[in-house]
Amino acid sequence: MTYEFDWSSIPGALPFLWDGLLVSLKITLLAVVVGIVWGTLLAMMRLSSLRPLSLFAAGYVNLFRAVPLVMVLLWFFLIVPKFIEQLFGLAPGTDLRLTSAMIGFALFESAYYSEIIRAGIQSVPKGQLSASYALGMTYPQAMRLVVLSQAFRNMVPLLLTQAIILFQDTSLVYVSALADFFGAAYKVGDRDGRLVELLLFAGLVYFVICYSASTLVKRLQKKYHPA
Amino acid sequence: MSYQWNWDVFLQPSATGDDTYLGWMFAGLKMTLTLSLSAWVIALLLGAVIGVLRTVPNKWLAGFATAWVELFRNVPLLVQLFIWYFVLPELLPEAWGNAFKQSNPVFQMFSASVLCLGLFTSARVAEQVRAGINSLPKGQKNAGLALGFTLPQTYRHVLLPMAFRLVVPPLTSEFLNIFKNSAVCSTIGLLELAAQGRQLVDYTAQPYESFIAVTVAYITINVVVMVLMKRLEDKVRVPGYMGGK
Repeated sequence: MTYEFDWSSIPGALPFLWDGLLVSLKITLLAVVVGIVWGTLLAMMRLSSLRPLSLFAAGYVNLFRAVPLVMVLLWFFLIVPKFIEQLFGLAPGTDLRLTSAMIGFALFESAYYSEIIRAGIQSVPKGQLSASYALGMTYPQAMRLVVLSQAFRNMVPLLLTQAIILFQDTSLVYVSALADFFGAAYKVGDRDGRLVELLLFAGLVYFVICYSASTLVKRLQKKYHPA
Repeated sequence: MSYQWNWDVFLQPSATGDDTYLGWMFAGLKMTLTLSLSAWVIALLLGAVIGVLRTVPNKWLAGFATAWVELFRNVPLLVQLFIWYFVLPELLPEAWGNAFKQSNPVFQMFSASVLCLGLFTSARVAEQVRAGINSLPKGQKNAGLALGFTLPQTYRHVLLPMAFRLVVPPLTSEFLNIFKNSAVCSTIGLLELAAQGRQLVDYTAQPYESFIAVTVAYITINVVVMVLMKRLEDKVRVPGYMGGK
């Protein structure tokens, strides 16, 4: 191996990389929260006996799951800025990349979350819902107090695992040159001619974060569902 | 919004003059299919081996397989791709690195993409194979050993024939993923479907037509794969198991 490593550009770039990491985390957090809320609604629509609702939810979920995330992001970077500019009367060319990325990820991940949540709801025995009705609960009460509360308890590990995947996927905002953690690392590496070191460093940071998080999830799973 | 739709744009000769824009799209589609299918072969072969290794009673082999899976699962695909493409040629012995860098750029991008996608997916395939093997009743392995099979023979004749059949349905979704993940390779400049779509926007300023065409192409791939895999699933499913008859 003849390559001479030079890690000296990393320490000075740490504040910039940290800002990037915060962007990645912001996108992840928003997408997880919106994904779970909108995903729950989608799952309930999909399981609904109202045909238009279940068709809409099925179409939404299947569409988003059939298209690559890169393509979805490109769509959102194309559409969202125009839409928001018109809606709020912003000057054309306002930097809306972060907003677009957030909306794109939130709507995309909702499709994946809704599939997890649908499976979770279906894993709750049907008798639970009937029992709630027999006790005089309305549908929203029965869903909230009986079905969803049990379903979510079972789903926690899967929801968290999906959040880890989502965190990794946020690196794809690279297609819009947004400085998330990976984008920041790439920019520094490109600027200093130290792409090798910065890419390896970025890989290491992602690995440490995701590996620790998934180890925690596994432990949590063992604690609540000792197999 | 006053957008000028122009679907005829696909039939116009492309800027380079030797093709139509529709031809670009098909070239991209061909690249996406070639890339994904080649990577899938690597992923299946490696994934089967690594998945088996994760279940063997040998600390070193199982540890190696676990490290493999964790490494490829906990680093984003995009970062892995950039490491294959930008970092690895630097770390190779100088003569190899230079030979690689002087080769055809398309070959460089394609080989980095195939290796990256193949190894990334192999970790996921390995997890499914391991789950398939672990889902078999413990008695099967014990029975094999009790009949005098060695451990490799037990895997070869008892465990794997069952496990590989059980694992087909979960592999369908990994197979679908590999086509979608191949879009990430557009970031290093490989002209697959998504990249052709973006290039078309630059050349024709008709973003909606081009993105719609690319999106429809991906949906079509998705549907075709699902139909084909459904047939395979019907063929290989084990009677008496989940989804079996």
